[in-house]
Amino acid sequence: MKKILLPTILVLLLVFPGCKKDSNFLNIPPIQVIPTDVAFSDPALVISILGDLYNRQLDFSSLDGYLLDPNDGGSNIAGWRSFADFGESFPSEAGSYSIVQKFNWPYNSWWTWDYGYIRDLNLFIQRDSAATKLVDTIRTRFLAEGRFLRANYYFDMVKRMGGVPLILSPLEYDYKGNVSSLQFPRAKESDIYDFVISEAEAIKNQLPSDVNEKSRATKAAALAMEARAALYAGSIAKYGVTTPQVSLGGGEVGIPASKAADYYTIALRAAGEIIDGSAGPYALYKVLPDLSNNFAAIFTDKSSVNQEAIFEEDFKANAGKTHGFTTNDQPYSFSDEGGDAGRLNPSLNLVESFELLDNTYAPIPTTDGGGNPIPYTNPLDIFAGRDARLAGTVILPNGVFKGTHVDIWAGYQLADGSIITSDVAGTLKVLPGTSELVQVVGKDGPVNGLEYRTQSGFYIRKWLDPTVGSGRRGRGSDVPFIRYRMGEVLLNAAEAAFELGQTGVAVGYINQVRARAGLVIPLTAGDLTFDRIVHERRVELAFEGHILFDMKRWRIATAVWDGNAMTKADLLSNIGSATKRNTQPWGLWPYKLYLPGNPDNGKWIFKETLPAAVTGIDRFRLGNYYSAINDNILAANPKIIRQPNQ
Amino acid sequence: MKINFFHISFIALACIASSCKKDNYKAPTAQLSGQLQYNGESIGVERNQVPFQIFQYGFGKVGAINGSFAQDGSYGSLLFNGKYKFLIPSGQGPFIWKELSPGVPDSLDITMNGNQTLNIEVTPYYMIREPQISGSGGKITATFKAEKIIVNAGGKDIEWVSLYINKDQFVSGGDNLAKKDSSGTAVVAGTSITLSVVVPTEEIVPSQNYVYARIGLKVLGAEDMIFSPPQKVSF
Repeated sequence: MKKILLPTILVLLLVFPGCKKDSNFLNIPPIQVIPTDVAFSDPALVISILGDLYNRQLDFSSLDGYLLDPNDGGSNIAGWRSFADFGESFPSEAGSYSIVQKFNWPYNSWWTWDYGYIRDLNLFIQRDSAATKLVDTIRTRFLAEGRFLRANYYFDMVKRMGGVPLILSPLEYDYKGNVSSLQFPRAKESDIYDFVISEAEAIKNQLPSDVNEKSRATKAAALAMEARAALYAGSIAKYGVTTPQVSLGGGEVGIPASKAADYYTIALRAAGEIIDGSAGPYALYKVLPDLSNNFAAIFTDKSSVNQEAIFEEDFKANAGKTHGFTTNDQPYSFSDEGGDAGRLNPSLNLVESFELLDNTYAPIPTTDGGGNPIPYTNPLDIFAGRDARLAGTVILPNGVFKGTHVDIWAGYQLADGSIITSDVAGTLKVLPGTSELVQVVGKDGPVNGLEYRTQSGFYIRKWLDPTVGSGRRGRGSDVPFIRYRMGEVLLNAAEAAFELGQTGVAVGYINQVRARAGLVIPLTAGDLTFDRIVHERRVELAFEGHILFDMKRWRIATAVWDGNAMTKADLLSNIGSATKRNTQPWGLWPYKLYLPGNPDNGKWIFKETLPAAVTGIDRFRLGNYYSAINDNILAANPKIIRQPNQ
Repeated sequence: MKINFFHISFIALACIASSCKKDNYKAPTAQLSGQLQYNGESIGVERNQVPFQIFQYGFGKVGAINGSFAQDGSYGSLLFNGKYKFLIPSGQGPFIWKELSPGVPDSLDITMNGNQTLNIEVTPYYMIREPQISGSGGKITATFKAEKIIVNAGGKDIEWVSLYINKDQFVSGGDNLAKKDSSGTAVVAGTSITLSVVVPTEEIVPSQNYVYARIGLKVLGAEDMIFSPPQKVSF
């Protein structure tokens, strides 16, 4: 018996596995790929697909940086660097001096053409619409989110490229060698803006009105996108007439002036829907008694108290999604990470533009009427009486971050005007008449060419995380990047109302934003000008990724970055003018007076200084208004036409 | 087996012989060069700011060979023999380049067969006439006239005129030590205009007793300026 048992078992083992039908033999469900019908049967799986689509959104400025297109060099742009440039800041990192050493922007700067992302969004929309196993309300919300992301990306494309092919369904190739059915011409620029606006209208009521939902699309996010897109389209229509060369015959670039009023009306209505609370109780952030700290906290407060942020890219510390913005930009002397610090230095150009509390513009008072330097007891005194957003956006000399005063000064000035300074704070020197070695330059700079310390005299404060440990590379910061916030919505509404001639309505909106910054004397309807609107956006939305697109849509980029060197006279005059030259970032360097026996001994004076690394001049050419479409795309699709003036 | 000289030389020979295939294109050798001109007179521009594009017919992708004019208006490009088209993109240069339709520039056909000189004839909005630049007492003075070339509806006004000086021969709005601007409203075409600028000697390191000077004219609504030839002046 035993003799038979073993062979029988062996035979049975061999025979039974072979009992499958032949047709089923290779038909094994994959275990690495989730099939479409399974993926769209479970909300948790759909969320993971959607999460990827959310992560792939394109922002002009991004705290964690982004990967450039592989066709375009493919290098990784660090987060802080996406906030630099345009005369608003100095990059204190030797590898990035090229930002201030260039003489123009290449025509392909800022371009984007990610139809792979569009395809994935279209597939998502198609599959979600066809899903049968999801609860209807959940399915509709997912669908609306997919459409929001697609509209938001088309909005980003049209800002940079003008009219692009509007592809709204996933395209399939039939492998027959003829691709002409896949080649689409560029749509009109206005068509893309119309698409963004109509999508926002269509989905706004399918999205939740939840003020605490900030990283997924909400009704307010859709409306904020709609308001911004309509405002952009309106201003391109209105101000496009000043640059008739920047247009293409088929409307791929340029919007007829007759459409301006319609777009402004849409912008005002969409912004109004957020402001009147119908999308949730959004409000300006007014929590802290110190207005500068309050302004800085808009960007760092992640609690539910913050009802200003509408839509953001969120991060989470100790959970794998963080960014190095704080590491890269924290003040040098108390950096959490040794030499990693101080890269993004706001320029004096920007600092000068913050108003006095009586609503007037004035240069930072470094000298009196006779041209003699004015001594100040505390370096902060020179900035007194200004818009609270100044100290909320910028860390000023002797300003406080994480409870420590920054140490920014360029040297000692002696009675004869000569300067005693050194190449680094650690190199001590002897002052005349003494024998003791002392520190003769600030630990946080400025020294020309000394990277990772400020070279402009200022550090960035916006987005800088005050949490303990946020400056360490290992932990990183989880301050969110705010894409849409209430402050901008109010300014969008103000601008749209102003352009429609409703100045009374416009001042009502703009004054709310200004009062929050301590500018409590309200502007009257007569005070409001185009220059005021431009100025308000520049100071309120500095370092939020707006300046390039604002200057482009108003068609004043060619005047602001006109390729001429920026003199000190340029710096100090025309403050508050929309077309003020802004081609080179200046700095403000504090010096300590060394005058033994004189009452001014130990006081501070300031000098406007162009950092030595600034050898280039920003020059915005007409061909920069719309980024170049690269030759591979033009070669692959003959229906695509080139951008104007390139 | 001992490795001797014979083995080594055999391996070396094998390496050399195996790379004897034709494996690449020769570098282009035909030189296309020329000059921006109006009625035979050269037109000065700012260096690296006025681009041109050359396209080769029937060869690979449709991308342009990009280049830009030097400050004396000259250009050059090394090409293969063959057929090309040459164009200046719309909206570039202080002159009119014919357009087939708005935004679509006309092009010149070029057949390259060895070196070729091709002067590019364009119609500038203005010409700088009779430029005279002199220096004395630490000051550079320039006198010139502006002649309006395009007088019909396509003509444009002068936005400003400038005298630029620099310590080297590259002189323009982007490269200068000092400049003197005069608004275009003060300029009447055909009458003589004088501009002068003080030389900032403290900025010339090491010091030299001469500078290069150029007169530039900005046309309202055109991106690039037109320049007189740079001139070396002692002060």
